[in-house]
Amino acid sequence: MVSQEQKGMSAREKILARIKSNQPNVAAGEELALTPISFSDPIEKFKETLASIGGASLEIEHENQIPDKLLSILPGKKISRHVGPDDHAKADPHAYSDTDVAILRGEFGVAESGAIWITDKQMVDRALPFICSHLVLVIRKSQIIGTLHDAYEKIGHAGYELGTFIAGPSKTADIEQSLVLGAHGAKTMTCFIIR
Amino acid sequence: MKNMSRNDHATLANKFNHDEARVNWHDKTLWFVRQKRDKAAKQLPEWEQLRARASQIKAKVLSHLHEYLLEFEKNAVDNGVNVHWAETPEEHNAIVHKIICDHGVDKIVKSKSMLTEECHLNEYLERHGITVIDTDLGERIVQLAGEPPSHIVLPCIHWKKEEIGALFHQHLGTPEGNADPVLLTEAARQHLREKFLTSKVAITGVNFAVAETGEIVVCTNEGNADLGVQLADVHIACMGIEKIVPSRKDLGTFLRLLARSATGQPITTYSSHFRKPRAGQQMHIVLVDNGRSERLASDDFRNALKCIRCGACFNTCPVYRRSGGHSYHTAIAGPIGSILAPALDMKQYGDLPFASTLCGSCSNVCPVKIDIHDQLYKWRQLIVEQGYSSWQKTKGMQVLSNALTSPERYERQGKFLRWLLRKLPFLVKNKFNPWYKQRELPQVPDESFKEWYRKNRKG
Repeated sequence: MVSQEQKGMSAREKILARIKSNQPNVAAGEELALTPISFSDPIEKFKETLASIGGASLEIEHENQIPDKLLSILPGKKISRHVGPDDHAKADPHAYSDTDVAILRGEFGVAESGAIWITDKQMVDRALPFICSHLVLVIRKSQIIGTLHDAYEKIGHAGYELGTFIAGPSKTADIEQSLVLGAHGAKTMTCFIIR
Repeated sequence: MKNMSRNDHATLANKFNHDEARVNWHDKTLWFVRQKRDKAAKQLPEWEQLRARASQIKAKVLSHLHEYLLEFEKNAVDNGVNVHWAETPEEHNAIVHKIICDHGVDKIVKSKSMLTEECHLNEYLERHGITVIDTDLGERIVQLAGEPPSHIVLPCIHWKKEEIGALFHQHLGTPEGNADPVLLTEAARQHLREKFLTSKVAITGVNFAVAETGEIVVCTNEGNADLGVQLADVHIACMGIEKIVPSRKDLGTFLRLLARSATGQPITTYSSHFRKPRAGQQMHIVLVDNGRSERLASDDFRNALKCIRCGACFNTCPVYRRSGGHSYHTAIAGPIGSILAPALDMKQYGDLPFASTLCGSCSNVCPVKIDIHDQLYKWRQLIVEQGYSSWQKTKGMQVLSNALTSPERYERQGKFLRWLLRKLPFLVKNKFNPWYKQRELPQVPDESFKEWYRKNRKG
């Protein structure tokens, strides 16, 4: 055990010493200019991008409209076992393996990529956004921003444990570049935008 | 004679080229991905600025890697993560194996990690009695087939759906003759869901490691990294030491470039930032050197360490598209693999820098502006200088350089060659001359331009 530790230490020291002597001494110079694209209507852009990557979005007035709307969005889909944003976490993430629908609040949406930022604080359980069959994320209309640069401005030094951009349903194109939704994670992803 | 392995790129590419229709299909499929990349890139007017910025950030990382690694380590440890260091693939594999053994399991799930491919972790663990389940669909397909991936982003791009159907029929019991991607994907989903639910250890790669926060970012479309990690007791993340970025805000630049360059998507479906393990879970990060720290010293080849493994250079490369990933006989194929591999072993991979037309398309699509084709050219010089090129190439170059360095010899040998080609064409036009393969030689002129000039302009 101890010898393993020492072995690890010595690898660390050797690597670091080599890097220190080999890394170039290049002056950083001025940070290069970068003018990100801006969208005249970020909300429309967000919806359009999300649709292009297999997700769906719907504007609503209030969170309590979601259950009704879900029936129209997921017709014929089994949605009996669902988890809501204010539910208590179960002790074991495996207990979520048969979840049909997870409804969670996202922090904000990114127009250019159709992505929604969500952290462990909003996930109920960290496995939930990935293990459910259908994922519903709820954001406020005022929480839609332009680019990922804006996103990291907003995230700042937040102390989340796990944070994820989720952009549409789980997908794969590994079989002859044919796009298939629902690889391992959610088969559908719907974003409710509260006006 | 040092590089006369029968499995060099040209030989393997030749094998791939036996089925012309398949080569055309492979070529077209990859070009389609390249076009999707172009379309995505053109939607951003600031695309070139983004590339320049990304390249600049990576240059900064390489210049201060020592400081950034220490910062990353400190922050990761503060986050409750166990950080390990490995100089070699063997050390890396042993560290991972020990963590697995400490938890008393003999089966693990793994999402895509080019580093573990580089280290041949799967083979190592299998040899030690650990079953490794690759969970990326493409990787699972090639794993079931007993092959390595042929592309870093699209691991089974060389497989036709009918073949995958037959493979799944054999291994997963899908209906015989069914090659429907939806059905096959669903079968893999069910097969792998069971593995996710029963694995106590999950291995992932790392796309970016943030020095400022000690967090790592893993990008997938399938969600396999997330499912694996969130259902496991132990998360082991394996990364090369060059994956560092200084701060969170730099991720904005890289995440905008990565998926657009790779597949033309605006972003991968899941871009997960793992900062702290979940309650009751262990998180390990293994930092691997494997020659990277040596390469930092080289002005010519250092920039290859900027690579973010998007695969854009593969998709655009006329040689890759027509020779297939396995012809590169290394974990990372394509143009970037051809400048990474020789640094690890010039003898074994000395053929790869020659598997290029030096057209420069790779450098033009690279999101971090690596001078790939220049490095290919520089590797060629080094390989010949150090005697690692094939004897035919070395001899040929000697003959050429002998002729081209003296006007007299050039004239004399030119004359002889013209005579030879007229009188004894079979000496040049034969299957032993690689330049004659698939080429018709031009008709030989009776005289050189110089001779013609002397005759016609003198008097």
